[in-house]
Amino acid sequence: MKRKLETTELIFKIVSYTLLTMFAIGCLYPFLYAISSSLSGRKAVEYAQVVLFPKDVQFEAFGQMFTSNMFWNAYSNTLFITFYGTIWALGYSILGAYALSKKRLLFRKTFNFFLVFTMWFSAGIVPQYLNYLNTKDVFNAIGIMDDKWLVIIAMGMAAMNIILLRNAFEGVPSEIEEAAIVDGATEFQVLSKVYIPMSKSTIATVALFFGISRWNGYFWARQMISNSNEHPLMVFIRLTLEEYTDPEVMSGWNKAYASDSVIYALIVCSIVPILVIYPFIQKYFAKGTNVGGVKE
Amino acid sequence: MKLDASDYLIYDAETRTYRENPEQKVRDDVEKHYWLHVGRTIVKDWRLYIMLVPMLVVFLLWRYMPMYELLGCFKVYDQVLPVSEQLFSGFSYFKRLIAGGDALSAEFWRALRNTFLLSFYGLCFGFPVPIILALFFNEVRSNIARSVFQVLTYLPKFMSTVVMTSLVTMLVKQGSLTSSYGIVSQLLEKLGLISAELANGGLLNDPRFFRGIYQLSGIWEEAGYGSIVYFAAIIAISPTSYEAAQIDGAGKMSQMKYVVLPCILSTIVIMLITKIGSLLSIGYEKVLLLYNPNTYVTADVVSTFAQRYGLEGAAKGIATAAEMLNNVIGMLLVIGANTIARKASDVSLY
Repeated sequence: MKRKLETTELIFKIVSYTLLTMFAIGCLYPFLYAISSSLSGRKAVEYAQVVLFPKDVQFEAFGQMFTSNMFWNAYSNTLFITFYGTIWALGYSILGAYALSKKRLLFRKTFNFFLVFTMWFSAGIVPQYLNYLNTKDVFNAIGIMDDKWLVIIAMGMAAMNIILLRNAFEGVPSEIEEAAIVDGATEFQVLSKVYIPMSKSTIATVALFFGISRWNGYFWARQMISNSNEHPLMVFIRLTLEEYTDPEVMSGWNKAYASDSVIYALIVCSIVPILVIYPFIQKYFAKGTNVGGVKE
Repeated sequence: MKLDASDYLIYDAETRTYRENPEQKVRDDVEKHYWLHVGRTIVKDWRLYIMLVPMLVVFLLWRYMPMYELLGCFKVYDQVLPVSEQLFSGFSYFKRLIAGGDALSAEFWRALRNTFLLSFYGLCFGFPVPIILALFFNEVRSNIARSVFQVLTYLPKFMSTVVMTSLVTMLVKQGSLTSSYGIVSQLLEKLGLISAELANGGLLNDPRFFRGIYQLSGIWEEAGYGSIVYFAAIIAISPTSYEAAQIDGAGKMSQMKYVVLPCILSTIVIMLITKIGSLLSIGYEKVLLLYNPNTYVTADVVSTFAQRYGLEGAAKGIATAAEMLNNVIGMLLVIGANTIARKASDVSLY
């Protein structure tokens, strides 16, 4: 009896370790392949001789990226949009969530519904597009000519993030707030001195969600930004992919490295910043989903 | 509350007359001056309401204004006029889409069917994977090994749709005169699953493979991250439950069946209900980046249909109506799912 128990347990362990290893390798492999291919020589990439490690190592594909103005432009645009977009979205979300977390707020249920409804129903691509066009006209009329600001201000709102913040604020004990009010704190001071410090981890999570969605944003940026100098990185990657998989461009390709290597190099460049901060933010990411089982 | 005469008038036995009820008078007063009362409260607490304003404005301008534009699908579409001044055309766009009997209507039905099927297959194949992963994570006793596994499997979630689809495109790309086809196609060919001809044509150009590629890349991207929620439920199980089961002679499989599964069942049910609720809300970005005219048969979903007709073409009315139909059904599903979840577990999803 005892003996049999141990064998099933052992088998179970072996099976789970094997499958997990396979799955983890499967998750990682495409990235490794991209790195190796971006560093391999033309022949190795074109005849698919790269499997895991780079062959005939060259750095010119990266060189082409790093000497291209378009690339640095796209990169700085993405940084710009991510930075200001996150600050803006986080700003109004914190303020709004704070007000919504207060029981004494009149029409609280209505405001909540106002938010939640946007998670249930969206108007769709075409009405949104027309609306953004109108917004663009208004922005141009008041002197904001840069389409980046349209992307920053008018896009990327998420009701779910506000609800996460609201729940965190509701969890702050009211005694501390009362003590602050007795000491003469105004509403804004209560928020900045009590609520924000006490829900730091949720705020970090939400900032992360906003930041990632900004960094990764593609569709609307491509639709709304007309000037190619203002394109963010994701749009630039996609346009390069479309250009470089075009048979005409490929047949006229005469460089020492494969055209595919350029695409891989671009992909690697866009992943690196995320990989660098990934170890630091990973714990927040995991935390955020656990909070996601929202209470009411 | 139903009022009767005694709420307003009180019989005064001494003077044998009726007089007004003072309490009701106060109640009436509050009701009559309700908005005054609201105004006073807001003025007194103005800071709180000021805080609410930016959020409300942002949502109003860029989430609710587009909903106003939806009126466009009941009107003749004319780019020059604002929505409010266009001619009313009733349900003609909807009729055309649902029962037009022409190619457009057929294309819409195909898109609706594809939308449903893509998420339905996601439910069948993508849904169990995170649960299985979480069960496996639980078997890994070494903390370091588990962290390594978790970090590696969460990683794809951080990639943008563009990077992810670019990688997928490159891995199964078509061959040409100068270069051979993608590495995954090569692997599949070596395993004898597809012919060399098929691999050379590019798997993304074949409608038979689109759904498979979509689901597999979905699992690659989501499964690790999706397992977080189940893993949290599993580690919350008290060790005494396992001990009790062991004393009763339960093997590994029985422990799985009688301890772990019942404990995470409520999480599974909630996640399942959420998934069912979002059956019709497929992200358009991924499909848009992966499909091409060769694969419209299996790949075209309602939002890409709308994107093609509304943004690239000029049929804005048709496109708006198509997406509205899809989103209204989707909303009913979400609300239904939420109601069921609330009934089943006291946990409201929103």
